[in-house]
Amino acid sequence: MDYSQFLMMPQEIGLLTVFLLVFIYDTFMPERSQRALPAFTAIIFGIFTALTMCPCLAKGGQAFGGMFEANDATWAIKLILSVGTFLVLLMATKWSNSEFISVRRGEFYELLLLTLFGMFLMVSARHFLLFVIGLETASLPIAALAAFEKRRYESHEAAAKYLFTAIFSSAILLMGISLVYGIGGTLYFNELAVALTIGRSALLITALAFVIAGVGFKLSLVPFHLWTADVYQGAPTAVTAYLSVISKGAAAFSFLIILAQVFGAAYSDVWQWMLYALIILTITIGNLFAMRQRNLKRFLAFSSISQAGYIMLGVIAGNAVGMASLMFYVLVYVFSNLAAFGVIMAVERESGKTTIDDYNGLFRTNPWLAFTMMLAMFSLGGIPPFAGFFSKFFIFVGACQTGSVAIYVLVFIALLNTIISLYYYLLVVKAMFISQDDCVVPAFKSACGERLAMVLCVLGIVFIGLASCLYAGLNEASAAAFPAF
Amino acid sequence: MPFSYSIAVVALPLLMFLVLGLLDDRLGRRTAGVIGTVAMLVTTVLAYGVALTYFFGTGQGQIVDGIRQTVTVWNPAWLTFTEDLVVRMGIALDPIAAMMLVVITTVSLMVHLYSLGYMSNHEGEPEKGYQRYYAFLGLFTFSMLGLVVATNIFQVFIFFEMVGVSSYLLIGFYYTSPAAVHASKKAFIVTRLADLFFLLGILILSFYTGTFDFESLVGTGGAAARVAQGSAHGGTFMGISIMAWALTFIFIGGAGKSAMYPLHIWLPDAMEGPTPVSALIHAATMVVAGVYLVAKLFPLYVLEQGAMDVIAVVGAFTAFYAAAIACTQSDIKRALAFSTISQIAFMMTSLAVSSSDVALAVSPSDALIEIHGGRGLGYMASMFHLFTHAMFKALLFLCAGAIIHAVGSNENSAMHGLHKHMPITSIAFLIGCLAIAGIPPFAGFWSKDEILVACYAKGLGWGLWMTMVAGLTAFYMFRLYLLIFFWSDHKQHGHHAPADAHWTMTVPLIILAAISVVAGFVPAHDMVTWDGKPLHTQLDWTVAGSSVLVACLGIGLAWRLYYKENDAPERMKAAASGLWTAAYHRFYMDELYQFITHKVIFQCVSKPIAWFDRKVIDGTMNLMGTVTQYCAAMVRPLQSGKVQAYVLTYLIGALVLAAALIACVLI
Repeated sequence: MDYSQFLMMPQEIGLLTVFLLVFIYDTFMPERSQRALPAFTAIIFGIFTALTMCPCLAKGGQAFGGMFEANDATWAIKLILSVGTFLVLLMATKWSNSEFISVRRGEFYELLLLTLFGMFLMVSARHFLLFVIGLETASLPIAALAAFEKRRYESHEAAAKYLFTAIFSSAILLMGISLVYGIGGTLYFNELAVALTIGRSALLITALAFVIAGVGFKLSLVPFHLWTADVYQGAPTAVTAYLSVISKGAAAFSFLIILAQVFGAAYSDVWQWMLYALIILTITIGNLFAMRQRNLKRFLAFSSISQAGYIMLGVIAGNAVGMASLMFYVLVYVFSNLAAFGVIMAVERESGKTTIDDYNGLFRTNPWLAFTMMLAMFSLGGIPPFAGFFSKFFIFVGACQTGSVAIYVLVFIALLNTIISLYYYLLVVKAMFISQDDCVVPAFKSACGERLAMVLCVLGIVFIGLASCLYAGLNEASAAAFPAF
Repeated sequence: MPFSYSIAVVALPLLMFLVLGLLDDRLGRRTAGVIGTVAMLVTTVLAYGVALTYFFGTGQGQIVDGIRQTVTVWNPAWLTFTEDLVVRMGIALDPIAAMMLVVITTVSLMVHLYSLGYMSNHEGEPEKGYQRYYAFLGLFTFSMLGLVVATNIFQVFIFFEMVGVSSYLLIGFYYTSPAAVHASKKAFIVTRLADLFFLLGILILSFYTGTFDFESLVGTGGAAARVAQGSAHGGTFMGISIMAWALTFIFIGGAGKSAMYPLHIWLPDAMEGPTPVSALIHAATMVVAGVYLVAKLFPLYVLEQGAMDVIAVVGAFTAFYAAAIACTQSDIKRALAFSTISQIAFMMTSLAVSSSDVALAVSPSDALIEIHGGRGLGYMASMFHLFTHAMFKALLFLCAGAIIHAVGSNENSAMHGLHKHMPITSIAFLIGCLAIAGIPPFAGFWSKDEILVACYAKGLGWGLWMTMVAGLTAFYMFRLYLLIFFWSDHKQHGHHAPADAHWTMTVPLIILAAISVVAGFVPAHDMVTWDGKPLHTQLDWTVAGSSVLVACLGIGLAWRLYYKENDAPERMKAAASGLWTAAYHRFYMDELYQFITHKVIFQCVSKPIAWFDRKVIDGTMNLMGTVTQYCAAMVRPLQSGKVQAYVLTYLIGALVLAAALIACVLI
């Protein structure tokens, strides 16, 4: 075996090293040093992220007989996911040292890092087997993570629902893949692309629908989304934050690759119509539900469903610009959503409150948290000049570049939904700033880690949109990566 | 990279704004002021370094073949929309930008220093927003510096807006006073309206020429090519070439900031802001942004005489109009405000008349070049006057601030006879008056003289008109001076006898007065010319003599009327009561605006639209909202909490998706 092909996966190897270091620390370090584990993990993960920022790691290539591929675009999306995970780790430091969590603190970090590893594999997979392995590695530990707050009933419920739906969706996905294998006789993406040009059949369309449904679970596209709200509400907030941004980003990216590469040539109209319907449903239903939520975590669950619909606009474009705008959207979404979750996490820990009404007048007791939340809401709602505006702009531009009238209509519907979404995002801002009620959340000082994370998020929200070099870089990366299909 | 430290000149005030703005109350009042002033001092030193190196240094690409070049220090792409549509942000130095760096930093530094004393208390109370004030000053200075070093017209626009915002914040600094709030709103709205035209102009210009960058718009040989390209693409609109439209719109944007008639109405009201702010923004820097803009695009304007004629007429009329009003004002700051409008109109006119002389000189007859020392004399004169005017007008405003501080009122009836009490201020004010009146050897004489020469070159009528306005200038300035410092003995109102102010306020007066004496000897003809080649000017004795004579007449008349208390002014007022009242009320321009906006626009346009908005649009929106809420309630049962139902929905969803597509695609 040619061991040099491992050089194609520096990010995976780095991540595994981090995982092993955490594991060794957790297992062998004395009890009194265990409290430092969260900080230790955050620091070495931060170092890992910083090291992989070196563009020299972006060099492309395939490994393991073409099952694994690394290129500029996968490098960039993995980096984005790493940055997001880093922020989550920072936010979780205080929480994971709390009374009931601290016993199993190490497991939390190990499982979290493993799921990230699974996502890395998903992103780089060019073979359905590796893809499924990555997907399962990325989903199953989440169930354990969701159940982490053992003493809370909702946490169990979340884990059970997640596990059950995840298994079901995997079954559907595998069904779809086996149908694809039956028709094409191979599981390599590039070979399937050739093999599937033989002609359209009902079987293949069914297979396509099942694959979309299987991945749609991870992305919580409507109607495969029903687990989302219960899980988001029940799971520990750190896990919810992780689930809502990181795993979505990875799934969306690999979704684009599968659709564009495997079904790209002959079936683009079929999956585009499927996605078309799903996007409209996802954005609209996500918005409709979000409007009526009073619990912030449920609220963000539906908001994230609707955001997933916007991310799908990058997928439906099915071209390099779509891929770039998708990655940019995920990047911005990481910062905006994590800023919101950071605030929720801090407030929940200090006061146990999670409904919007509890945030009434937050501005007067905790002005900085309220400010961060406001920026997050503005960015999620797409108000210029914050990053969310630019990411929406670019994703619309990417979709419009396909030039078909139907897509213009879709973009228009998405735009209308942006207006609806503004309503509920601003509700939160209104509660925090305008509402005259006495705030039930007392003034408190946030923990060092989450403060750092929130400052990073705010900087990201303010500057990512203005630093146009970022989008230009992603554009170049995906343009370089795309012809490979 | 040459001049790389010029980035610091722009960045430092921004940093100061951020530090002071974010720390706010956490800094002590005095500390904030000192930090601001020291930062501004460093900025000024750096800016002087840049300007001196640019004008007098060699070897960094400033001068090639005896022509001053534009040095682009830094120009990265900021927003890349498409290959062609790139917005850049950067720093470029050309003669006028270097000169403006000096003007802005000098005046700003003086104002920073002066404000240490001036802003320390407000009507007896310690000033509350001291830190905020210094933060805003930093923001303004940053915006203004960013504007003058812009490498492209879009950057100019962005900083134009920022200048407008910081001006708004500073005018409305005393936000508890309704007058200040009204004034800041008025200033903002009027200049925004003008900026709308500016944006329109930019869009037309760049649409037809395909670029924002000054380098390709007005760089060597660029202007002619661009105008040709623009005219070829755009053709004409209503019989006027599209380029002339674009340039006229851009001028309207500049006219808003520079308070040209009829967009001048915000400037007198802006005097509600703190007086040092008036000195900085509404005398020396922001109000010349319009002049600067036209100067920056001068090579384009030269090729579109139509646009230039509009500017010349507007400028000449405004100069007279404002001067006439200034003769009647009793509020010292308003009188100075109208004087500013009039002087800026001088600069505009000078720029405009200069274009014909440049255009003429293109023809074989070089007679004009012989007589006036070179092409584009008016351009040079305008920029020179901008420079000198900034100095002596800032001086006058700061003096006014000291006086207001001492007597606690803006009305000159509360002043009278202050000469004995405030000798330093009195002498500084006198120097300012002599400079603006154009008495040699003070700064204003040299620059105004060259403007007049340029006007005579355009035509005898232009020259005579502007000379007459210059005489009027001398009259109203000395009227103001004499009414403040002489007329009668001072009648004390407050507890303290008025006296010269604290040293932080007096030192800037002395420095600016010194500059106003010597600034005329700056070899501007060698430094700020439209094509970068030095001009060989010489004093035109006929013009100089006649203008000094007219100025002396104006001063003499003022002396006769206002030196000692007498009833001659009252009798004159009674004799021409209609004219006097009209001028005092600024020829009812504000009332006209009120009438148009309130009676015509609000009643006939806004009301029906508001009705439509409230009934039809809001009604539709409410309907949509109700429907949406209803739908949200309808889909709610979907989210039952039962995982069996979830999975069932999932399966049905996948099957329906497959079935629908099979039905659509295969059948």
